[in-house]
Amino acid sequence: MNELLLDSPGEKMLMLGNEAIVRGAIEAGAAVATCYPGTPSSEIGDTFFKIQKESGIYFEYAINEMVALEVAAAAAIAGVRAMCSMKHVGVNVAADFLMSLAYEGVKGGFVLVSADDPSMFSSQNEQDNRMYGKFSGLPVLEPSSIAEAKEMARYAFDLSEMLKEPVILRTTTRINHSTGVISLGPIAGKNSQGSFPKEPLRNTLIPSVSTKLHKLLLANWEKAAGESDQSPYNFVSGEGKLGIITSGVSFNYVSDALQDLALTSRVSVLRIGFSHPLPDRLIKDFIAKCEKILVVEELEPYLEEGVKVKAQEIGSVIPIKGKGDGLFSRAYEFSPSMVRKVIASYFGVTCPTKEAVNIDIPNIPQRPPNLCAGCPHRATYAAMRQACGDEPIYTNDIGCYTLGVLPPLSMSDLSVCMGASIGMGSGMGTATGRKVVSFIGDSTFFHAGIPGLINALHNGHNQTVVIMDNGTTSMTGFQPDPGTAMENMGFNNLSVSIEALVNGIGVKHVTVVKPFKFKKTVEQIKEAIAFPGLSVIISREICPMYEKTFKKQEKRSYFVDHSKCKNHRVCLNTLACPAFYLEGEQVEIDEASCIGCTLCVQVCPENAIRLKKIGE
Amino acid sequence: MDMIRIVIVAVGGQGNLLASHLLGEAALAHEVPVQISEIHGMAQRGGVVESSILLGKAQSNIISPGEADILVGFEPLETLRAIGKCNKDSIVLSNTAPLPPFTVAIGMGVYPPVEETMNLIGAQVRKNIAFDASSLARQAGTLLSLNMVMLGALAGTGLIPISADMLKQTISEKTKKAFLEMNIKAFDLGYAVSAGAVH
Ligand code: SF4
Ligand code: SF4
Repeated sequence: MNELLLDSPGEKMLMLGNEAIVRGAIEAGAAVATCYPGTPSSEIGDTFFKIQKESGIYFEYAINEMVALEVAAAAAIAGVRAMCSMKHVGVNVAADFLMSLAYEGVKGGFVLVSADDPSMFSSQNEQDNRMYGKFSGLPVLEPSSIAEAKEMARYAFDLSEMLKEPVILRTTTRINHSTGVISLGPIAGKNSQGSFPKEPLRNTLIPSVSTKLHKLLLANWEKAAGESDQSPYNFVSGEGKLGIITSGVSFNYVSDALQDLALTSRVSVLRIGFSHPLPDRLIKDFIAKCEKILVVEELEPYLEEGVKVKAQEIGSVIPIKGKGDGLFSRAYEFSPSMVRKVIASYFGVTCPTKEAVNIDIPNIPQRPPNLCAGCPHRATYAAMRQACGDEPIYTNDIGCYTLGVLPPLSMSDLSVCMGASIGMGSGMGTATGRKVVSFIGDSTFFHAGIPGLINALHNGHNQTVVIMDNGTTSMTGFQPDPGTAMENMGFNNLSVSIEALVNGIGVKHVTVVKPFKFKKTVEQIKEAIAFPGLSVIISREICPMYEKTFKKQEKRSYFVDHSKCKNHRVCLNTLACPAFYLEGEQVEIDEASCIGCTLCVQVCPENAIRLKKIGE
Repeated sequence: MDMIRIVIVAVGGQGNLLASHLLGEAALAHEVPVQISEIHGMAQRGGVVESSILLGKAQSNIISPGEADILVGFEPLETLRAIGKCNKDSIVLSNTAPLPPFTVAIGMGVYPPVEETMNLIGAQVRKNIAFDASSLARQAGTLLSLNMVMLGALAGTGLIPISADMLKQTISEKTKKAFLEMNIKAFDLGYAVSAGAVH
C-alpha cells in the first residue's frame, strides 16, 4: 500500500509539502482531484495520479487549469469533496470560471490549491494569489509548515462545506518543496456519489440569478469573516507591547528571530493562517494592545493594507510598517537572517550576525540548464536555424523547449506565458510584416494553443506554427497530456491526434516531420515557411527522458574520429549538446551522457562522428 | 540540542535529494526535529540542486547566508558557488572531482583549478575536508553511490546528532535492496575520510 493511504492515526511520517496536502485531502475524504501540472504544485497531481487506483479517488490531469477547476468544482457542486491544484499563474487561466464559481458556490467541500513562487525559482512572475481571495470573495488559508499544510488541507474541506464556498489553500514554494514531519490523522470515509437536483434558476448564472447569488456570496463572506475571527489558525503568541503580524513561512523566520534576539517576552506575534477574510476583532484587539507594529509577509502588502484599514477604523495612530521605508521588499522570498535584521532595527535592538564567507572569485562559470543530450527539441531548432537563420521572428512558449532561447540555438525572441506563442506570433506578424514562426509543445498546444491557432487560421495570419510533440509534459515531470500514449502508463485513455485536429479545423499546409531525420526536416521546414499564410509543422519525437521511464533503452554512444575531424566545431557550435566537451583543443563526446540520437553525426560535414561499438 | 544547519549542493542527477531525504528519515526515526527544503527548478536539465536540512528546534526551513554549520558539496565549483552560506566556523565537505558545466566544456568559461579552490575555501572556514568522493563511489561499485559517500562523510564528522549506524539502518530500509551492499560500502568509505577529522 502507498504510505500516504495508511490508516494509522498518530503515526509520524516525513512528507514533502505537496504530499502532505494530498494526505490532508485523503483524511478529509476527498473523492475527486484534478490538476494542471506546474512547479511548485506538480507533485500534488503526481501523488494523486500514483494513488488513484488504490485509493479510489478519481484523478485527472486536465488540459488546462480552467478545465481542471471546472471538472473538480462540478463534482463539488454535486456534493462530492474535491481538490484542484495548480501553480499561481495557473489561477489566471482558471480565473474566469473561479470568479463566477464563487457566486455559484459548492455543496461538497472544495479546495483550490494555489502554489505561489516567491523568487520565481521556476516561474515567469511572482504574483501574490492571496489577492484572488480578495478579488473573488473566497476564503484563503496560508500554512506556515508542512504539518500545518496537511491540517489546513483537511480543515479547508470542512470550512468549504460549512460556508458552501470554495476555499483557496495558498502555499509558497517553501511549503510545496519542503519536507517535514507530519502526524497522520484518521481517514474520513469518502462519498464518491454526487447528486444534482435540477434547479436551473438557481444554478444558471443569468443576470436575474446572479444578482441574488452575489448577495449570497457577500453573506457567505460575512460568515467566513466570523470564522476567521475564531479560527485557531489565527493566534497570538508571545507577549509585549511591540507587535508583529505575519503569515506563511515568514512566521517561522519571525519565531526564530525572536528567539535569537531574546525578544520573546517583549514582542507579541499575531500569526494569520486564515488570511481572507482577515480576522477583524482579533486584529483590532491586537492593534489596541500594541505601541508599534511590524507586518512581516512575502510579496504584496496584503496583510499590511488590511491591518492599516482596521487601525483607521478604531482610530489608532500607532506606527504600522511593513513594506517600504527600507524595511521589507515586495520582491523575492525572505530569509531568516533578513527578517531578523529588520525586526532588530525596527524595535531598536542589536542583531548578532554571522559574517558570511566572502570569497571573491572573478568569473566563476555559470551552470545554466540546457536541453538534455539527445533532446528532440534541439534537432527541431537546429533544423529551423539551418532552414531560416535569423530571418523570421521566433515566438515561443513555456516548457523545456523555452531553453532553446540560449545560444547557439537562439530560438526564442518572445515568450510570455502558456499558450501565448501563437497569438503573439499573429500580432507580431501583423505589426512587423515579417514572417513569424511560433513554437509550442504538445501539452501547451492542448492547454491553450488551440484557440490561438484557430484565430491565426481564421484571420489569415502569415505564420508557421511548429508544434513540438514529444508525447508528454516534460518540464514538470512527464505528466500525460491528451496526446500521450497512455498504454505506456498502464491506462487506456484515447490519445487525441494533433494532425487530425489541425487538419480538422482546416489548416491548408500541415507537415509532420521527424526531427532526427535532419536533412529532410530542413527541406520540409523550408517548404512550410514558403507557403503563404498559415502553415503548421508537427515535429514529432518522443522525449527520451520520458521514454526511459517505461522502456529500456539500448545504450548507444558516438565518438569523434580525430583522423577525420577538422576541428571547425560545427557540431558544438550549432547544437551545443551537453555530451560535447573540449579536451585540449579537440571536441570529444562524453560516452556517459550521449544517448546516440545521431543528430551530430548528421551535421558533421566531415563524417567524423562515428558509432562506438559497445565494449570498444 | 543545538541546531545544526546543513546545506547540500550538487548538480542535478548526483543524488542530493535522496541523501537529504535519508537524513530526514533517520532524524525522524531518532526523534530529532527536522526541516528540509529543496530548490530543484530545472535540475533535470543539468542545473544546480540545493537542499537545506535543519536538525533541531528551528521553525525556518531555509538557511540564510553565513548560517550553515556544514556545507556538503557534491561538486567543487558548486561548493565554491555556495560558500556564502558558510561562516568562519563552518565545516565543509567537498568532493574534489569536477563536473564541468557545459559552458566550460565548450570553452566559454574557465573551470577554476580545484586545488586552489579547495585552499581558498579552507582558508575561510573552520575546516574543509576535501577528497575525491567520486572515485570512492566508483570503488564502491558505481558513481551513482556518490550521495552515500557524502552522507557517510557527513556522519563521520560526528557533528550531526544521528549515528552512522542509524543512518545505515535508514539506508537499508529506504533504498533499493539490490544496491544495498554497494550503498553501505560507499557510506563506509565516506565515513572513514572524515572520521576524526573534526575536533
Ligand atoms: S526532458 Fe525531454 S524534452 Fe525536456 S530537455 Fe530533456 S529530452 Fe528535452
Ligand atoms: S549523438 Fe551527438 S547530439 Fe546526440 S546525444 Fe550523442 S553527442 Fe549529443
